[in-house]
Amino acid sequence: MTLQLEQSPTTGDEVISNYTINFGPQHPAAHGVLRMVMELDGEIIERIDPHVGLLHRGTEKLIEHKTYLQALPYFDRLDYCSPLAMEHSYVLAIEKLLNLEVPIRGQYLRVLFAELTRICNHMLNLGSHVMDVGAMTPNLWLFEVREDCLNFFERASGARMHMAWFRPGGVHQDVPEKLLVDIGEWLDGRLPRLFEDAMSLVVDNRIFKQRNVDIAVVSKADALAWGFSGPMIRGAGIPWDLRKSQPYDVYDRMVFEIPVGTNSDCYDRFMVRVEEVRQSAKIMKQCLAEMPSGPVCSQDRKVTPPGRAEMKQSMEALIHHFKLYTEGFHVPAGEVYVATESPKGEFGVYLVSDGSNKPYRCKIRPTAFSHLQAMDFMSKGHMLPDVTAIIGAIDVVFGECDR
Amino acid sequence: MTVLHSAPKFASNDGVMAALTGALGTAVVASKEEHGEVVLTVARDQIAAVLRTLRDDHEYQQLMEIAGADYPDRAERFEVVYMLLSVTKNHRVMVKVSAAENTPVPTVTTLWPNAGWLEREVFDMYGVIFDGNTDLRRILTDYGFEGHPFRKDFPLTGYVELRYSEEDQRVVYEPVKLAQDLRQFDFMSPWEGANYVLPGDEKAGTPPSDQPKTTDKPAQTGAGAPANAKAATKVSDGAPAVVDSAMAAPGAPKKTSSRPKGAKK
Repeated sequence: MTLQLEQSPTTGDEVISNYTINFGPQHPAAHGVLRMVMELDGEIIERIDPHVGLLHRGTEKLIEHKTYLQALPYFDRLDYCSPLAMEHSYVLAIEKLLNLEVPIRGQYLRVLFAELTRICNHMLNLGSHVMDVGAMTPNLWLFEVREDCLNFFERASGARMHMAWFRPGGVHQDVPEKLLVDIGEWLDGRLPRLFEDAMSLVVDNRIFKQRNVDIAVVSKADALAWGFSGPMIRGAGIPWDLRKSQPYDVYDRMVFEIPVGTNSDCYDRFMVRVEEVRQSAKIMKQCLAEMPSGPVCSQDRKVTPPGRAEMKQSMEALIHHFKLYTEGFHVPAGEVYVATESPKGEFGVYLVSDGSNKPYRCKIRPTAFSHLQAMDFMSKGHMLPDVTAIIGAIDVVFGECDR
Repeated sequence: MTVLHSAPKFASNDGVMAALTGALGTAVVASKEEHGEVVLTVARDQIAAVLRTLRDDHEYQQLMEIAGADYPDRAERFEVVYMLLSVTKNHRVMVKVSAAENTPVPTVTTLWPNAGWLEREVFDMYGVIFDGNTDLRRILTDYGFEGHPFRKDFPLTGYVELRYSEEDQRVVYEPVKLAQDLRQFDFMSPWEGANYVLPGDEKAGTPPSDQPKTTDKPAQTGAGAPANAKAATKVSDGAPAVVDSAMAAPGAPKKTSSRPKGAKK
């Protein structure tokens, strides 16, 4: 901490002009390893210089050294709060290069679990945002819902967090019928009860509003210029949702609303997420109602492996299995940029293939990069404690930001 | 080609490339439409003007991403790819420039404020210089990092590793020591253009010897001097005699070797 002492022109006393403090990298409200060098005038923020990259693991470089399938689990570990949403962009990018058709049940399952991921992600973010501004109880209640989500993931894929369940061509395995029934019951009973209970404590709470309303107001023009996406751009009043405008999988069949903010402050971003949870539940119910039976993964054996039982009978299936899990599949040369609506915003994958079994280049577009970069201009003139509310409303996760 | 995949469907590319190449004129070096993506390659010094035209006249309001890529075989080895998004036309285009280590790319921070970090990342990872970016610091790598890790000639393991030193009471940097070889699997089929020598194929070039290979003497085994020396001092003649040290347990039957011949079992 540097203190600059100077004489006040009026009273002659010593006054503190500006000082610099270090926020993070280990700070519970930083949502990860974020270091911010802040220049403060008293408690008013003059300038913020966020330092990111403390969690840089070289994911993109590692992916260049793996086959397409081996690279998939790295995506779970980017935004570890919404793993399936990360996989979604990647498998769609591969499918776009291969021009591979996904069976309709596979598409429904992906949409169902992508929306479950969205709920799961928002439970963590809404809860921690509330806790960042001082309330403890809603976070604990929302974690109850999140626990349910993780249990569903476990029943579908065997893993609670790092599922690696979306595969090029569909999903890895079909889900048991009982799981779909249980999800349906959960959507009608437990989810609305717990979620609305927790939200009833927060949304009209005087203290919560005092901490969030009119904090970090961003105009529509600024939101576009800074590359905002997801709840950040919807909070600014721009009805932009890739699920609606650039539908992928079966989102074009889904009936749902896009919530937008009116005031573009932290409270609006929070409320956009709250409404998104309800809309996600609506999409999931529609998926459950409409989901047809059939294969969940492409039957193109040059890309997706055969079933275990088939391998006991068919020599060809055995060869396909061996080739897919050693050499992997080859992807035609070319480059695509595929972006999906992850719970945090536009998550994009720029995939360059040279025709071999490994990606030549896989650039990941994190949502947090643009949002965090705007920290400086969003926080200017606000008080030091507002920073935690602003970070909470950005919904930043460093696994994805630093890659 | 019919679209079978279910990747995000944005507005049609029909006529977009003709309209954009027409509007940008000579700045466009190459253009292509593959896999449903419109890619324009433009002259490096024109990039700021091109992106300004796309933003102001063609409604590409958002700069979503700047990606670097390394192609070491090319004269200008780096590619910088700008992903633009139009929220009004619901369309995406990619704009590319090529660059070398010593050819700066004009910055676009004057057009989009969020280009700052994106350019810093390309600089950090590839060493592409952005002319006019006033804050071109490293962003993702460690403080004081040297080199540009995403270049194809940078090893996956890196050059230095760090640990906390108990003696020095601080974090120290040391050259990378791998406890086991980096598990680098190459599953490319040898029938489909793998460009390495298969095990055993390296002998194909050596001429056949007219001396048949024998191992009559220890020196011919090829085991090396220490093994030869050890083999020469064989001691099997003077080896200790085998002594039966086992104590017979009380009541145990006699050893078969000491039983009288012809005795019944």
